[in-house]
Amino acid sequence: MGDSSIALHRLTLAEISDGLSAGDFSSRELTEALLDRIETHEATLNAFITVTADLALEQAELADKQRTVGNAGPLNGLPIVHKDLFCTRGVLTTCGSRILDNFVSPYDATVVGRMTSAGAVMLGKTNMDEFAMGSSNETSYFGPVTNPWNASLSPGGSSGGSAAAVAARVVPAATGTDTGGSIRQPAALTGTTGLKPTYGRVSRYGMVAFASSLDQAGVITRSAEDAAMLLGIMAGLDPRDSTSVDEAVPDYVAGLSKPVNGLKIGIVRQHFDEGLDERCGAAVREALKVLETEGAELLDVDLPNIDLSVPTYYVVAPAECSSNLSRFDGVRFGRRTDNPEDLIDLYCRTRGEGFGAEVKRRVMTGTYVLSAGYYDAYYLKAQKVRQLISADFMKAFESVDVIAGPTSPTPAFAIGEKSADPITMYLNDIYTIGANLAGLPGISIPCGMAGDLPVGLQLVGAHFSEESILACAHQYQQMTDWHKVCPGGFE
Amino acid sequence: MSLTKDQVQHIAMLARLQLEDSEIDDVVDKLSRIVNFVDRLQAVPTDDVLPMAHPLKMTQRLRDDGLTESDERDDIQKNTPSTEGGYYLVPKVIE
Repeated sequence: MGDSSIALHRLTLAEISDGLSAGDFSSRELTEALLDRIETHEATLNAFITVTADLALEQAELADKQRTVGNAGPLNGLPIVHKDLFCTRGVLTTCGSRILDNFVSPYDATVVGRMTSAGAVMLGKTNMDEFAMGSSNETSYFGPVTNPWNASLSPGGSSGGSAAAVAARVVPAATGTDTGGSIRQPAALTGTTGLKPTYGRVSRYGMVAFASSLDQAGVITRSAEDAAMLLGIMAGLDPRDSTSVDEAVPDYVAGLSKPVNGLKIGIVRQHFDEGLDERCGAAVREALKVLETEGAELLDVDLPNIDLSVPTYYVVAPAECSSNLSRFDGVRFGRRTDNPEDLIDLYCRTRGEGFGAEVKRRVMTGTYVLSAGYYDAYYLKAQKVRQLISADFMKAFESVDVIAGPTSPTPAFAIGEKSADPITMYLNDIYTIGANLAGLPGISIPCGMAGDLPVGLQLVGAHFSEESILACAHQYQQMTDWHKVCPGGFE
Repeated sequence: MSLTKDQVQHIAMLARLQLEDSEIDDVVDKLSRIVNFVDRLQAVPTDDVLPMAHPLKMTQRLRDDGLTESDERDDIQKNTPSTEGGYYLVPKVIE
């Protein structure tokens, strides 16, 4: 064992799985190699909040033992890192916030538990925008993550640590969560593959809640094949999440072979209007041509209310977050302020000191739109517009299988560039938010370059059509090599 | 429209958030921008539209009304800032 000529960090999950089966290397060797790599690059990337080296080595040894006795689970020995909003038993779970900087979860999130049971090895917890509120990773209490393509740029957010770690070939795969684009946008900005499943496809149990009608767990990987492999383990009914859906979980890996020939791809004209970086638009159009050459049919679809998705989201999401974040009160867990005068003082100072500026803005926006006299004008109105946006998608999927377009209006932007004006930052998610409002699955895959920076192609499907978008993404990755392009210095 | 400092202080109190004097002007400015931005929803005709609370048309699943959890209080209270005899301690509420 131990062929030192194999650069283990470059392997995808599928390749690692083959290598472990063939006995080319052990899970322990692989884990050690990746832990070394984390140590080498972490000073630049800041992609992790916690590295769980001891636990990883323990899990790797167990995985090797299980393989020896013929008891290897479907993810046996495969390295994974979890966004730091998935609860992990006995491990710090901060959500990128000061208010949880001492919180050690007493239980595992379902996503974490299912992966561990399947034999995966957890190497750490990734950095993120505080409570997943941000599109640049700058709102983390633990400092911004840098983009492996250029350390002065943001990797996007909120799953920025997950995306940066996967792009930098530090780990092959990471979990993320997507409430308005938080998996797909950082995937686009780092040249990785990011899958957000249908709302309810994957259990939210043990995911710290941001906006409960929008949040969904997914993965960031270096190929659609790896995303399919992980989704098969994560997906399915969980009695502990009453919104998880009792819908059969297909064999996503087997479904990848479906050809794009005959696939009807809808193009939303508004998504190519002004506001889209020309180089991004060109890369996406070129990708669509590739799919057309393979036999996909490109059709115009109209989403007449899609321009309203960002303002709708910025009523609905803050409203839900203001309610969800009321649990952080300094009484039962997390940080508590020093020497409170009374209970109100304990609440107000604990939260004032524990939350960062963006989280405070969202909690206050949510409190405002839900408050007496404003509820009908803002919250109820937004719920109605959400219905219109969702109905547009349902109508579009009567005539197409997949909707394709850019994931993000620009390639990666500089850290600090968009933080002065919240609206500028919010508009980053203009192409991704619609899928969350309607609960649809979406994937972002690398499809070209804007100068030195990667560009993402987004594919959105109807409810529970993960098979279709994964197959389309996989077939595209068989025809092109954009997903294999590695940032300089991380080869 | 622009929110006033008093309005913002009131919202902060409802949300149980203490704002420092140094951050209040920034909060007023940015919250006003957000409210202005979402105000564009007012122009959308929605008279016959039902509000959408949830992305999937599903009904709440119910379980049997039986015991499902074990006693994990000690484990859970390892994260608690202040406890006594298994209770959560807070500053005195009633004199």
